[in-house]
Amino acid sequence: MSSLSRRRLLGSAALVAAAPSLPRPAIAQAAPVRIGLILPMTGPFASTGRQIDAAVRTWLRMNGESHGGRRLEVLLRDDTGVAPDTTRRLAQELVVRERVNVLAGFGLTPLALSTAPVATEARVPMVVMAAGTSIIVQRSPFILRTSFTLPQQTMPIADWAASNGITSCATMVTDYAPGHDSEAAFKRRFTERGGQIPLELRTPLRNPDYAPFLQRVRDARVQALFVFVPSGEGANVMKQFDERGLAQAGIRLIGTGDLTDDDILNEMGDPAIGVITSHFYSAAHDSPENREYVAAFRQIAPNMRPNFMSVGGFDGMRLIAEGLRGTDGNTDGQRLVDAMRGKSWMSPRGPITIDANTRDIVQDVYIRRVERRDGQLWNIEFDRIPQVRDPGT
Amino acid sequence: MSAALRFALQALFWGGWAGAYFALPEYLPLLAQIAIIALFVLSLDLLVGYAGFVTLGHAAFFGLGAYAAGILAQQGWGEPISGLLFGAAVAALVGLLTAPLVLRGGDLTGLMVTLGIAMMLFEAANRMAWLTGGADGLQGVEMWEIFGVWRFDLFGRTAFVYSLTVLFLLYLLARLIVSSPFGLALRGIKGNRRRMEALGTPVRARLVAVYTLSAAYAGIAGALLAQTTQFVSLDVLDFHRSADALLMLVLGGMGSLYGAMLGAIVFMVAHHALSELTPQFWQFWIGIALIALAIAGRGGMLGLAGRLLARWGGR
Repeated sequence: MSSLSRRRLLGSAALVAAAPSLPRPAIAQAAPVRIGLILPMTGPFASTGRQIDAAVRTWLRMNGESHGGRRLEVLLRDDTGVAPDTTRRLAQELVVRERVNVLAGFGLTPLALSTAPVATEARVPMVVMAAGTSIIVQRSPFILRTSFTLPQQTMPIADWAASNGITSCATMVTDYAPGHDSEAAFKRRFTERGGQIPLELRTPLRNPDYAPFLQRVRDARVQALFVFVPSGEGANVMKQFDERGLAQAGIRLIGTGDLTDDDILNEMGDPAIGVITSHFYSAAHDSPENREYVAAFRQIAPNMRPNFMSVGGFDGMRLIAEGLRGTDGNTDGQRLVDAMRGKSWMSPRGPITIDANTRDIVQDVYIRRVERRDGQLWNIEFDRIPQVRDPGT
Repeated sequence: MSAALRFALQALFWGGWAGAYFALPEYLPLLAQIAIIALFVLSLDLLVGYAGFVTLGHAAFFGLGAYAAGILAQQGWGEPISGLLFGAAVAALVGLLTAPLVLRGGDLTGLMVTLGIAMMLFEAANRMAWLTGGADGLQGVEMWEIFGVWRFDLFGRTAFVYSLTVLFLLYLLARLIVSSPFGLALRGIKGNRRRMEALGTPVRARLVAVYTLSAAYAGIAGALLAQTTQFVSLDVLDFHRSADALLMLVLGGMGSLYGAMLGAIVFMVAHHALSELTPQFWQFWIGIALIALAIAGRGGMLGLAGRLLARWGGR
C-alpha cells in the first residue's frame, strides 16, 4: 500500500473514531464521491483483493481523481473472502455511516449475492469487479458487472476443442457454483458440436488432491481434459497432470483462464507450456492500452503481474467515472446506473460494453496458449471471439 | 465485591447497550452482530465454562439454527419469533441426538467428535444445494415485521433492538439456570466428576441436558444472524466460528456469563477497528493482543478486572 493511501485510510479511520461525538458537517455540493471498495484482503482469496486494490490505485494514478466535477474517494474494507454476512454488514455500514455513493469490489459469488439487497434498498450502484456466477446481475437493478461470467468464458474453449479434432473430452471442475456453471456450459456446447464427455469429475473446494481424479482421466483414454479450478489452484493441477504422465498418454489440457492465472503462471514452470485456455484477459495482450496498463500497474505493485481480476477492478473504476460524467457529478443511484448502462470503451483487455439491458459485461474472449517468452511464461492469444455475452442472460 | 457495586456494574453494562442505540446510530449493524455473537459465546460458556466440557464444533448448532430459521423464512413463513424457536428446536434436537456420541469416552475423544460432527454438517450443507443453496448461500430469505410492526431496516435499528432483547432475556434465563441446583451440579462436575458421581448426581444426564441446552442457545444465535442479515452462507458452519467463539470466551473469562459477553464485545470491536485501520495486517495485531492477554490475565479480562478490584477494595 502506498504511503499516500495509507495516510488517507488512517485519516478516515480517525474520523470514524471521532464521528459519534462530532456533529457531521453539512455536505457541500462539491464533496467527494465516495466509493466503498469491499475486497478479500486477507484469507484464502487475498490475491484477488490485492490485484483489484492495486488496479484501482493504478486507475486513479493514470486518470486522476477528478471526474464529472467530483473527486473520487475510495474507502477500502476487508471482508476476508469467506464471510458473506461480514460483506453485507460492511456494505451496510459504508452506506449508512460513510455515505458512500457507489459500492464496488466483491471477490466471490456469495459475497455479492448477500449484498445485493443492500444495494437495492439503499439505491446505490454496486459494481461487481470479480465474482463470476451468471445470476448475480439479476439480483438487484443496481448491480453492474465489469468482470466476466463463467459460461461466457467456457463456451469458446468448447467450440475450439470441437473444431480442432477433439471428440472425447473429460471434465474436472471444483465442486461449487462457478464450477457447476462452467461444467454445464462446457457440456452443453461441446455435445451440441458432436463431442463426447465420458467422464465428469468434481473435486472438493477444500484441500483438494487431484491425483486420484487425474488417474481416472488417464484410465478413461480421452483426447482432452477440460479443467476449471479457482484461480490459485492451477499450479497444483498442472503439477499433478505432469507427474501422472497424462501428457505422455496423449491427453491435452484445456480450460478457462483461471487455470493459467497470470498472478502465478510464471511459477508453474514447464508443465504449463502448451496448455490452451479461453479467457478475456492476458497480461500479454498486444495493444497500446494494455502495455500502458501493465507498465502503470507495475509502478504501483512492482512484484505483481496484473491478472484478470485486476482488469475487472480497473474497468470498474472507469465505469464509475463514466457514470459520473454522464450525470455531471450527480450521485443519485438510479441516474448513475442509467448513465453507466450501455457504455463502451477500449479496455486493456480489448473492446468492452456494459449491456444496457442486462447490466452485464460483453467482451471479446481469446483462445490462448502458454508459451515461454523472454524467460517468462505468458498466455499468448492466437484466436479471438468478438463480443461474447453471457449465454445465460 | 459488594452487592451494590456488582449491581451498579451490571446496570452499567446493559445501560451501555441501550445507550449505544442513541449514541452510535451508525454502528447498529455491527452492534447487532456483536449481540448475536455474544449470545453464541454465552451458549458456549454454559458448556465449557460451567460444565467443563470443551468443544471445537459449536458452530454446528449455530449453523443449524441459522439454516433452520433461514429455510423456514425462505419457504414462506417469515415470522421472526417462531423462526427463532424453530431454530432453537432443530439445534436442540440434534444436540440431544449427538450428545451420547460426544459424551462417550474421554475429553479428547469428545473434542474430536464435536469437530467431526461440525465438519459433517458443513459438507452436508455444501452438498444439499437444493435445500441450502450450497456455496452460493441461501437466497430469498424474507422476514416479516416483528409483531407485525417493526420492519428490518437498512440502518439496522430493528435488528439491533431485536438481537439485544433476545440476548437480555436469554441471559436472564441463563442466570437462573446456572444458580439453580442444576447449575451447581454442573460446576461440581467440572470440579470433580468422580466425586459428583459418588454423591449420587446423575452426571451423564446432567451433561446431556447442558449439551442440549447449549445447542438450543447456539441455535437461537444462528437464527438471529439469519434473520437480521436475511442471508445464510456455509460460513455459519465453518470451523473458524467455533474457534473464534472459544477465543472470545477465554479472552473474556470462562465460567462467567458476563465474561462470555464481554469477550465477544472486545474481540469484535478490536477486530472491527483493526481491520478498518489496516485491511491487510489486522490479523497480526489481533494475534499480539491475544498473546498479551493470555500472559497478563489468567481468567480472562474479567479475572484481571476482579484481581484489580480486589486489590483496590483491600486497601
